[in-house]
Amino acid sequence: MTLDRERPYWLEGVDLPDTPAQDEDIEPWDETKVVGKPLPRVDAYERVSGSAVYPADVVLPRMLYAAILRCPYPHAEVKGVDIGAAEKLPGVRAVFSAFSPEDAATRPHIEFIRERLFNSRCRYEGETVAAVAAETPYQAWDAVRAIEVEYERLPFVSDEREALDPDAPLVHDDGNQVAEPGTYERGDVAAGFADADVVLEQEYRSECEIHTPMEPHGAVAKWDGDQLTVWESTQGVYGVQSGVAGSLGMPFSKVRVIGHYMGGGFGSKLQSGKYTVIAALLAKKTARPVKCVLTREETFLAVGNRPPSNMRLKAGVKRDGTLTAMEFRGTGTGGAYRAGGTSLLDWVVRDLYTCPNVKTETTDIYINAGPARPFRAPGHPQGAWALEQMMDALAGEIGMDPVELRLKNIPAYSQARAGNPPYTTTGLKQCLEEGARSFGWAEARANANRASAGGPMRRGVGMAGCLWPYGFGSPPATAIVKLYSDGTVNLNTGAADLGTGTKTVLAMVVAEELGVDPDAVQIENADTGTTQFAASSGGSMTVPSETPTVRAAAIDVKRQLLQLAAEEMSVAVSTLYLMDGKIYSTADPEVEREPSGLRSLRRRRMLTGIGYRAPNPAGKVVNPFAAQFCEVEVNVRTGEVKVLRFLGAHDSGRVMNLLTYRNQVFGGITMGIGFGMTEARVLDRNQTGKMVNKNWHDYKLPTALDVPPVFECVPVDPGDREANTTGTKGIGEPATIPTAAAIANAVFHATGVRMTDTPINPSRLVAALAAQRGE
Amino acid sequence: MADDPKDPGRKGVSRRGFLTSVGTGALSAVAASRVQAEPTERAELLEGAELSKVTLILNGRSRQLLVEPRWSLAYVLREELGLTGTKVGCDRGECGACTVLVNDVPRYACLMLAVEAEGARVETVEGLMEGEELGHTQQAFVEKDAFQCGYCTSGQVMAVEGMLRSRANPSLGEIRNGVSGNLCRCGAYAHIFAAAERAAELKREGGGS
Repeated sequence: MTLDRERPYWLEGVDLPDTPAQDEDIEPWDETKVVGKPLPRVDAYERVSGSAVYPADVVLPRMLYAAILRCPYPHAEVKGVDIGAAEKLPGVRAVFSAFSPEDAATRPHIEFIRERLFNSRCRYEGETVAAVAAETPYQAWDAVRAIEVEYERLPFVSDEREALDPDAPLVHDDGNQVAEPGTYERGDVAAGFADADVVLEQEYRSECEIHTPMEPHGAVAKWDGDQLTVWESTQGVYGVQSGVAGSLGMPFSKVRVIGHYMGGGFGSKLQSGKYTVIAALLAKKTARPVKCVLTREETFLAVGNRPPSNMRLKAGVKRDGTLTAMEFRGTGTGGAYRAGGTSLLDWVVRDLYTCPNVKTETTDIYINAGPARPFRAPGHPQGAWALEQMMDALAGEIGMDPVELRLKNIPAYSQARAGNPPYTTTGLKQCLEEGARSFGWAEARANANRASAGGPMRRGVGMAGCLWPYGFGSPPATAIVKLYSDGTVNLNTGAADLGTGTKTVLAMVVAEELGVDPDAVQIENADTGTTQFAASSGGSMTVPSETPTVRAAAIDVKRQLLQLAAEEMSVAVSTLYLMDGKIYSTADPEVEREPSGLRSLRRRRMLTGIGYRAPNPAGKVVNPFAAQFCEVEVNVRTGEVKVLRFLGAHDSGRVMNLLTYRNQVFGGITMGIGFGMTEARVLDRNQTGKMVNKNWHDYKLPTALDVPPVFECVPVDPGDREANTTGTKGIGEPATIPTAAAIANAVFHATGVRMTDTPINPSRLVAALAAQRGE
Repeated sequence: MADDPKDPGRKGVSRRGFLTSVGTGALSAVAASRVQAEPTERAELLEGAELSKVTLILNGRSRQLLVEPRWSLAYVLREELGLTGTKVGCDRGECGACTVLVNDVPRYACLMLAVEAEGARVETVEGLMEGEELGHTQQAFVEKDAFQCGYCTSGQVMAVEGMLRSRANPSLGEIRNGVSGNLCRCGAYAHIFAAAERAAELKREGGGS
């Protein structure tokens, strides 16, 4: 897969408007007064008081509840659907299926899947078959259970490692390989391996991980004549608008999507779902609002996952730590449809460390399982799982410290992009050095054995690095800042706040420029009916896209304010400046004016500033970098691993809010602990092809008892003056990329056992330890 | 579960209400659960379901409601009463997003039928407010940034509130255990621990809720 700056994964299916170039040059900040501080969130009150209305909370007068009948088999043909009994049940107001006229009215639905709403050929367990609207959810589920479906069960394949066998059942009639393998090559790997003093080759596997954000996917739909309003739990209201308008053949202006609050997405809520269209069609049919919130089980089956990956990595190194060659082969599966099963899987191998000779090949394969969706740094925790364990092993073979080996191979430019463009800043070196220093890496590494409690307990420390090839932010983005005549401010932006603190950070930008209290900034966001265009929040792009945009809007308002003041005071505008919310003059130290004291502003009542996101620097790459360090304790009798402490050293440019930044880093590490130690989709591949752990009881998320008692965050800010006018790069995704590999390296340090497959759970580790002992 | 030693009358009332409403006085709890496993029969059985009267002491006020016997407390709070601070993450007792206090003890509202709560004191996150002011535990969550998306937050707040009512000065280990029944997919646990410590401090300083 190539890196597509025009159409990256999180904008698939979204119509992007152009935004005009910024009309003036804005210099990066040198010092800040508000930005960077650890301030509580501007919407904290709503989130802790229970007053925030999430889409799942919306209750409208006369609202009905939808439920979806899903195919219970991994592969089946729907021969017929009898909805007669369901329609007669109490409280049921509408039922439809693939055999109802409503479905034919929809266009191929954009969900990375160009398919009908209800497919008669169900290629995965959980494919939609029929839907119901009823007075209560209980009655809706009664009706779902009363629908009679005639299925013809078809042979299935549940494991991508078997799906290319000649006798494997076909997911699609033209074969189970999604496309020709993606390939990449630079230099001459054979010559590189010949140059190496040490060559290692290893296979790795990472299991399929499911997003399961706390708020299930869902939407509420309401019609007013031909106008549709949708409340959706989404990372991007404009992405949902495109999907719904496209599916229903409606103009954008008739589809309003509201997503003020949302309970987590991690990539799985970048677009509308079939549930959105189902809610809209049921609402149309019944002439009543309809709420369609998926059950937890449905979210395990049908709304995305991080694909499983099978990786083989061969790498050569000289004794002095110079990497000479790397060769990578990966397979993966995005499930039953083309959904990026190997998306970005090889990127860290291509671009993280300096290496002249690199060859990669990735093959995406269909299986009968739910389609993937982008999941927090697609491909990267998987690729890092392989590469960062390989780096650890290479360091061991040549007797070099793992941090030192990485320091030897830090690139100044992107080797994998055409023309080798330089990075605006590469904080990787600082992340490694400052992270290692704060962690006490050298001491901890040397003393791990002594620190072990004895008996079966073994201590180990490990680390891993990463980059994230997005995280740069980009146009298009527009924001409006309104200054009221009393000096207070309204900020209008289409960006969603997924819980990352977007609204807070944007309010801080306004506060920085206009000298108001961040809490005094009223924010309207994420509503296609009232707010400006912002791309879906994904790719760690929101802060670097939106903060420069909002800054430009605030500066526009400031410029207008000073112009008004200069006219009213009959002085040259060039002598006036705004500081701490007041107007001062460079010519006259006596001048100190409150904006609210300006007669001309009171007459205008409000000034409106508009900001656009300027383009990124041409010919350069803006990427975040990171290094993470951890210490573990392994019980070699039981295979239990306790993570004792974790440190994340991150170059994501300027820290906008230290509190929310730390929260992102710790949250990313926590999710990485899940990926590395607890989470795996289990399909019953021999008997039924069904997922056997489609609930949070059997699919294990990290709990409060699984996170280390000690978390540290070391922000590294290389002072990027080229990236954008706020000097920001994204943090959400890099925070989770190196975590699992760092744990695996620590477990190896503790035990000498190389855990090449996720998750490192007690049963797997105890088996590996037994094998090590020759049992 | 439905037995409340402090309220010996409760069990009888709620069971009687439940059985009457499904119209089969002889059904035992075991039989009821078997019926649930047989969907088509169940649908027929419930066609004539009558609403049952239930009285809750909800956030300090007595509320009388008519509910279907099968309605969960979480459903009634959210969809019937509009108390949407209580969230539903799984509806099967795995995540804790719906945690409320029932007679001061944290309970998953999705695993409790509304009729089971007959006569009980039920507190939701809205009930921790002092008018428009945040309660101590809520305030601590704000100060320590103990959430990201906020969807599990009500449940986390109620879990911490319940823990602090039974143990005013918890250790870190007790805090971790106290919120271990509440999943946070954003991974804000470290800040939640800090918030629990801060909440204990605020309660010591300020008393009350």
